[in-house]
Amino acid sequence: MAVPKTREFYKLLRSDTMTRKEKTRITKAKLSRFLFGFNDRRGFVLKVTIYTLLLCIGFVYLYPILYMFITSMQSLEDLLNSSVNWIPSTLYTDNYSKAYSVMNIKDSLMGSLLIATVPTIFQVIVASIVGFGFARYNFRFKKLFFALMIFSFIVPPQILMMPTYRLFSNLELTGSLNAFIVPAALGQGLNSTIFILIFYQFFKQTPQSLYEAAEVDGANQFTCFFRIAIPMAVPAFIIAFLFSFVWYWNETYLTTLYLTSRSNELTTILLQLQQFERTYEAMYPVTENSPNRINEGIKMAGTFISILPLLIVYFFLQRYFVESVDRTGIAGE
Amino acid sequence: MKINRKSMYGYLFISPWLVGFLIFVVWPLGQSFYFSLNNMRITPTGLQFRYVGFNNYLDVWLKDMFFIQELLQFVLHILLRVPVIVVFALIIAMLLNEKVRFQGVFRTIFFLPVIVASGPVIDQLVSQGATTVPMVDQGVIISVLTAFFPMWLAQVIGQLFNQIIIILWYSGVQILIFLAVLQKIDAALYEAAKIDGASGWECFWKITLPSIKPIILINFVYTLVFLANSSQNTIINLIYTNMFSATRGYGFASAMAWMYAVIISILLLIIFLVFREKETKRA
Repeated sequence: MAVPKTREFYKLLRSDTMTRKEKTRITKAKLSRFLFGFNDRRGFVLKVTIYTLLLCIGFVYLYPILYMFITSMQSLEDLLNSSVNWIPSTLYTDNYSKAYSVMNIKDSLMGSLLIATVPTIFQVIVASIVGFGFARYNFRFKKLFFALMIFSFIVPPQILMMPTYRLFSNLELTGSLNAFIVPAALGQGLNSTIFILIFYQFFKQTPQSLYEAAEVDGANQFTCFFRIAIPMAVPAFIIAFLFSFVWYWNETYLTTLYLTSRSNELTTILLQLQQFERTYEAMYPVTENSPNRINEGIKMAGTFISILPLLIVYFFLQRYFVESVDRTGIAGE
Repeated sequence: MKINRKSMYGYLFISPWLVGFLIFVVWPLGQSFYFSLNNMRITPTGLQFRYVGFNNYLDVWLKDMFFIQELLQFVLHILLRVPVIVVFALIIAMLLNEKVRFQGVFRTIFFLPVIVASGPVIDQLVSQGATTVPMVDQGVIISVLTAFFPMWLAQVIGQLFNQIIIILWYSGVQILIFLAVLQKIDAALYEAAKIDGASGWECFWKITLPSIKPIILINFVYTLVFLANSSQNTIINLIYTNMFSATRGYGFASAMAWMYAVIISILLLIIFLVFREKETKRA
């Protein structure tokens, strides 16, 4: 006998038409369906596991940010008071006003935005072109070039640091945005290999028959690229853009190398964060018994300011971002 | 003729990268190799070179006290961490791929590490102790582990537990890549398998895993390189300090970086071999 629907099930239990044995059998079947699910319905046990896991891992991801935020809101007394752990005793924003002035926000924000956006645009465009070349065509030494591309990703940057720096200063690229644009436009930007690989994968998965059909209809290779490949790879573009933006934003190694070595106005928020303690001590000299000494709260405030723009950008973009991940499912069919 | 023209297009499309590779990778690499064969001094008049042959390389292995020690630690860490990160990333990506309530909220939270985990922010958080789990006592874990494993291994695994937050944080990018590709798997495949009576478990091994295999490889490579080049890495710091030390200088540091690159390449090669072997098995 089939397992009845829930409403009928209660009716059956109350009625006397069934024997006790029948009733237990049906109850058991019903319970097992509830706990373990059947067909496409997921059972209760699985659901609980999924939600528990999601919540736990979600907490792990949020914890450092919460910690950072809360520490940044605490005054010195709260920091020293071991009974104040999570909730600051007063709303204390002095840390932020100090960090704000120390980091010279106006200029550094502009610098950060420039460095994050302009090379990113070049990088994404070039990566898509190169990725298409690798995915679509066969040519001699393709495997070799591909291997070399991966190789260029794994070379420790320290090997290349000094020669590259000399090259850049010979080419007069240092001290300006060009130090980032030129490599990005030549496919050697930050983590370029990853972007090329992402595009390579996406273009590989586009059905080849589409291109062949277009070619039969007389489309040339560039039309194929612009009219078929690019529209199919919109999710890849969004992902690549966000990643590249974030990586350029967070880059300090190269910015230190290329920007601080020459005195100029271009500075980024993260460079300011690096020099945070030094700048702070210069701005608020430590005297005997002064309350000005740098503390965790102020440092965390600075750190929080440095990721705040990213969080805002992410907050607005994430909808498209998450959707784009969804949309890839449609593209694959 | 047609094939020729097509391969011309191939070269055309990758030409920007090719030029960049020659200028920004090959040329500096050559120079760096030349540096590593010399003793370099930075003087006010410019760089001074004194040719020493492969002595720098020998010194890295024979005279540096820390290099071999750090290298062993590093390899051990890599071998444990890379699989853990990739597996975690895959599990999380599959969880996020499930149809659950508040899916958007969860995804928003889970992609946070992508935003924050690169750059000095993570350094700050590590140094402030925001990334260790306060609830877990490392001593207890290690004492349990030493009952089963030799001490050196137990310590590494213990650290693994202690840095679970960091490990989860490092898997942000990988989760994203996995999720994107999981969405791309044709839903009809699963339906067909369900009709044939396959369980979710079987679907995972027979459909999901084979479809995302190339991506798993990419994630392995990415994780390895990310860990190898991160600023948290002690070897990178060692190279850095040698670069600016008065007695060693850039030549020595270059030699060390070269040796390090060779080790990383070997590890990568192992990953590639593992994946290739599985492919032949399946076919």
